[in-house]
Amino acid sequence: MVATKFNMRLDKNPMPSQDPKVRAHNFKEVALGYDLAMAQDEAARCLHCPKQPCVNGCPVHIHIPDFIMKVRDGDLKGANDVLLQSSSLSSICGRVCPQESQCEKYCTRGLRPGAEPVAIGRLERFVADYARENQLVSFEKPKPNGHKVAVVGSGPSGLTCAGDLAKKGYEVTVFEALHLAGGVLSYGIPEFRLPKSIVQNEVHNLEKMGVEIRTNMVIGKVYSIDELMEDDGYEAVFIGTGAGLPRFMGIPGENLKGVLSANEFLTRINLMKAYKDDADTPIVHGKRVAVIGGGNVAMDACRCALRLGAEKVYIIYRRSLEEIPARKEEVHHAMEEGVDFHILTNPTEILGDENLNVTGIRCIKMELGEPDASGRRRPVAIPGSEYTMDVDVVIQAIGTSPNPLIKNTTKGLDTNPHGCIITKDESGETSKTGVYAGGDAVTGAATVILAMGAGKNAAEAIDQYIQSKAD
Amino acid sequence: MYKIVSKRVLNPTMIEMNIDAPEIARKAQPGEFIILRVDEDGERIPLTIAGEDREAGTVKIIFQIVGATTFKLGKKEAGEFIQDFVGPLGRPSELDGLKKVCVIGGGAGTAIAMPVAQKLHENGAVVHSIVGFRNKDLVILEPEFRACSDLLKIMTDDGSYGEKGLVTQALQELIDQGNVYDEVIAIGPIVMMKFVVKLTKQYNIKTVVSMNPIMIDGTGMCGGCRLTVGGKTKFACVDGPDFDGFEVDFDEAQKRNGIYRDWEKHKYEETCNLFQKEVK
Repeated sequence: MVATKFNMRLDKNPMPSQDPKVRAHNFKEVALGYDLAMAQDEAARCLHCPKQPCVNGCPVHIHIPDFIMKVRDGDLKGANDVLLQSSSLSSICGRVCPQESQCEKYCTRGLRPGAEPVAIGRLERFVADYARENQLVSFEKPKPNGHKVAVVGSGPSGLTCAGDLAKKGYEVTVFEALHLAGGVLSYGIPEFRLPKSIVQNEVHNLEKMGVEIRTNMVIGKVYSIDELMEDDGYEAVFIGTGAGLPRFMGIPGENLKGVLSANEFLTRINLMKAYKDDADTPIVHGKRVAVIGGGNVAMDACRCALRLGAEKVYIIYRRSLEEIPARKEEVHHAMEEGVDFHILTNPTEILGDENLNVTGIRCIKMELGEPDASGRRRPVAIPGSEYTMDVDVVIQAIGTSPNPLIKNTTKGLDTNPHGCIITKDESGETSKTGVYAGGDAVTGAATVILAMGAGKNAAEAIDQYIQSKAD
Repeated sequence: MYKIVSKRVLNPTMIEMNIDAPEIARKAQPGEFIILRVDEDGERIPLTIAGEDREAGTVKIIFQIVGATTFKLGKKEAGEFIQDFVGPLGRPSELDGLKKVCVIGGGAGTAIAMPVAQKLHENGAVVHSIVGFRNKDLVILEPEFRACSDLLKIMTDDGSYGEKGLVTQALQELIDQGNVYDEVIAIGPIVMMKFVVKLTKQYNIKTVVSMNPIMIDGTGMCGGCRLTVGGKTKFACVDGPDFDGFEVDFDEAQKRNGIYRDWEKHKYEETCNLFQKEVK
């Protein structure tokens, strides 16, 4: 082992990034990634404290200090092997995980006032990217065990579940409704935050492991879950269909032409490449764009609007910056790029002309009252504080619900009043024998890593279920 | 990739294709639609299923060349492939229990009305069909409609074929003759559906219309296809495409369909020019 001193610097090694003024006009990745020297330097900040609080903060319990120690020592293959023990999507999670509320939140180095935790996310990304670019991992088809499993949805939970089952020798078919696999990783998260080549690389790795990916298959329509199990011989089904149904606020003016769901806006851009000049799919190019919401999707939408050439982009969020649910880094990046935040503000009406063009948005100022059910202070309207903002496009990013297609076509599959599939426990077992579910379809809109964790647990449970049946 | 098994030119702008898609064919029902992409990086467009052959495993689509994507699709020949073909999507038309129905198709909408009329005929219902076109050259699917209709009225705007006049005039006539319909099913341009509903409302005849708004995924994901129906927002892709005509806000739907009109026109011209260059 190489003897290395601890690096006692208080802050993280900064992430090399595209200049905000430049990147606000292109769709290339914003964060450029560490090089080996930066990564090793950062890795030396990890104290390898015996309690390893970071590991408990990680939804899939990556052995964080172990991989970091290997980075410090320059053993990148070893570091990647540690990641692979717990996660198959580290290139993705290193980029999109909310580390500040997970692993890094508990890092000992970040406890001291003014100090930053070890940049665990950046290191994870570095290792996974290095492994991919240098082909440190080979993907082979394991020996088949003679059992078939269907996975519905190719987002983070489905891909993870498929990968874990394939490793155990299952014949896995992934059914995807769109023409491209990846789910929200493909249609939702923009290129500048998660390059699509990385997502497709993960999909191809699964294919190398023998997983069959069938696109253009809307389960619930072309096949029901029962048909998959009874007619096509799938012994178990994992449902990872996400939360793809956009919510609208229900305020006047929502069906004006310049009002879109963030889902539509982002799908046109990410899946359909509408930002390219020669694209076949059109998109509205707003000059003055208001994005309603404060989550990652809202940040993605407003930064996309900037890149499409908007002169002014606003976030309208009803709580304060303290409560904003987006990753810190996304909020920071959006601000750097010039997005104007109207916090403690709630839209009341979208204004339009007789041709249904948006001419403005009416808002009211809010203040924070008593905590609500979520534990966050409830925003309350301040009477008489209404004002009008001059905008021509309004994008609603106030959340999504699970798609009812599977629920409506699967007998015996219990869901809650929000349309989320009910599972018995963390295994993802549903009310229907042999059917498992995980990710946003169960929890409602959450994060990539939680979906991945659910896919992992379900793969384990499906394996036990099928093996116990076979015995 | 999905193979074009056969192609038939119905009129100068309308084309029928049978696509090899056995999984969709075995499930398809009248009123449902598919979404296709002609090529890699192509736009996703919804087309109502115009019929299916379960044995041959093919799905019939009939489309009008109105923009860049339908232009490119129209250039494809039998034996060639299209990139993506997904379905069946949407809710099937609710036709069970109907005894006497007037099916109205206008222009390209006649292609969508055809499987509905056929299914009703198969169910033993009395089917009166009214199909409307601008002129004789544009008339399509006459033999198909004749085969499944107890009465067929062909209307042309200029009187060059069938009777001169609008589909609403023909409907008025049939009502005046004492025909009592369980339902009128109207499929065609928004303005046609709007005026059919205006008429049927006077007689309180339940009227179902099929909406064809702008759409991306077709599974409820984007909300681009939303309409106001009975004062509530509905998604055509999952709540429709059939809706109670009395409840639909047609004026809003008409305007919403024009969101990308300038862009579409430009793209269409660009694509046509590109093809002309290649031909030279």
